[in-house]
Amino acid sequence: MKQIYLDHAATTALDKRVLEKMLPYFCDTYGNANSQHGYGREAQKAVDEARDTIAKLIGAKPNEIYFTSGGTESDNWALRGTVKAMAGKGNHVIMSCIEHAAILSTAKELEKEGVEVSLIGVDSEGFIDLEELKKAILPTTVLISCMYANNEIGTVEPIAEIVKIAKEHGILVHTDAVQAMGAIDINVAELGVDMLSFSAHKFNGPKGVGALYIKNGIPMARLISGGHQERTRRGGTTNVPGVVGFAEALKLTKQTMKEDTAYVASLRDRFIKRVEEEIPFSKLNGARDMQKRLPSNADFSFEFIEGESILFSLDIDGIAVSSGSACSSGSLEPSHVLLAIGLSEEKAHGTIRFSFGKENTIEEVDYVVDTLKNTIQRLREMSPLFNLKGEIKNV
Amino acid sequence: MYNDKVMEAFRNPKNVGEIENCDGLGKVGNASCGDIMQITLKIENDVIVDAKFKTFGCAAAIATSSTATDMIIGMTIEEALKITNKKVVEELEGLPPQKIHCSVLAEEAIKAAIEDYQNRKKGIVVEKEEKYV
Repeated sequence: MKQIYLDHAATTALDKRVLEKMLPYFCDTYGNANSQHGYGREAQKAVDEARDTIAKLIGAKPNEIYFTSGGTESDNWALRGTVKAMAGKGNHVIMSCIEHAAILSTAKELEKEGVEVSLIGVDSEGFIDLEELKKAILPTTVLISCMYANNEIGTVEPIAEIVKIAKEHGILVHTDAVQAMGAIDINVAELGVDMLSFSAHKFNGPKGVGALYIKNGIPMARLISGGHQERTRRGGTTNVPGVVGFAEALKLTKQTMKEDTAYVASLRDRFIKRVEEEIPFSKLNGARDMQKRLPSNADFSFEFIEGESILFSLDIDGIAVSSGSACSSGSLEPSHVLLAIGLSEEKAHGTIRFSFGKENTIEEVDYVVDTLKNTIQRLREMSPLFNLKGEIKNV
Repeated sequence: MYNDKVMEAFRNPKNVGEIENCDGLGKVGNASCGDIMQITLKIENDVIVDAKFKTFGCAAAIATSSTATDMIIGMTIEEALKITNKKVVEELEGLPPQKIHCSVLAEEAIKAAIEDYQNRKKGIVVEKEEKYV
């Protein structure tokens, strides 16, 4: 059976060219980058090169790139590290209410430790309310954290404007760019953020490696003690093949980013157009302005049915997507992002995220829409909220 | 996460639909929790001769609806009232822990449909349509 992967926001395949670049660092050049002998020096050279490459590609200095295990760790660190280092100045942080759990859960824990957290609302397309943000600023505010692009609905947030507001008050800005990196041309120096999280596996790099960009000079507490790695701020033996692959993946992605994102966006646009035209009672979530939406993302709510049953029906037909309803992950809570943009719990439960990649084809898109139409119809016929005439039952 | 039996019941569910002029209707759950299960019964001489379901819910909810309705067809209402969620889970050879509530819903839907039948027999009409919202 044909297998179609439409879950690129979850993870992507490792680029084979990246793998080639990584392979020597497993069995041949296996030294610890901190060792002083030849093995170590060779590994260190590879790590330095990877750091240089990544720094250059995002407009940072090499000593501003701190390797981590990925986006979640980077997000945790950005929040905890700033709060700890800035304790003398204040204990208030601001973030959007649609942040990834890596930020929101960390914030919840920090609240228990006495940190004050303000969550800023978003509009119906998921854009952060900048007026509310301005009003939330206190003399004790030390950090604003807002994701660059939302992982569920693909909305690209106005980070440059947030930076402008924050700078007027001398507040640090962190952005979780895990979804944006590789899809949007990001230059941290031009953008003016103080911290930025990103992760290699979202752009055909290896899993388990990412980075936190930390602007030189900002107060930041160490994450892991016990080693000299990452300027003593994040101890632990460096994942040499990982960072080599990370750099190579970012380099390759940036080389063809313009063409690739235009192509992926064309797949997304065709998909959105067909679903909106051909599947009644479906609603696109997130930014309507496609320039302010991730090129890969199409997130739809299908009324009267539940997302997990759509997911498994498509899975049976060889199509891999992601469900916006958290029921599939073991809880009955609908997604906080979908509720924040004003969806009812029922509609939030019937939401599916389709995220396209450069290896998908237009034929695949058409096949998915055709399959999806049947799936939606079949499940609606089973739903007590819908009858066959297509009328909504009075509920 | 689901075993083959659950996936099969989800893939090819039996007894989908709604019995017109049914003798008993049970509807449980709510849309905000992500599950609504409706079971309609045709009952002759206190024997369930037909059962159909309509379900808004996850794959497990659909699979348990199919299995539960299949189990009760041919049973007397007394026997059907003894169907517990555990028996439905056994019939499906297991459900993931976080999906056990789906089988509870199936048990409740059967009981609600039989209760409705018994009420109708006594001449009590309980307007349930709006209740689950």
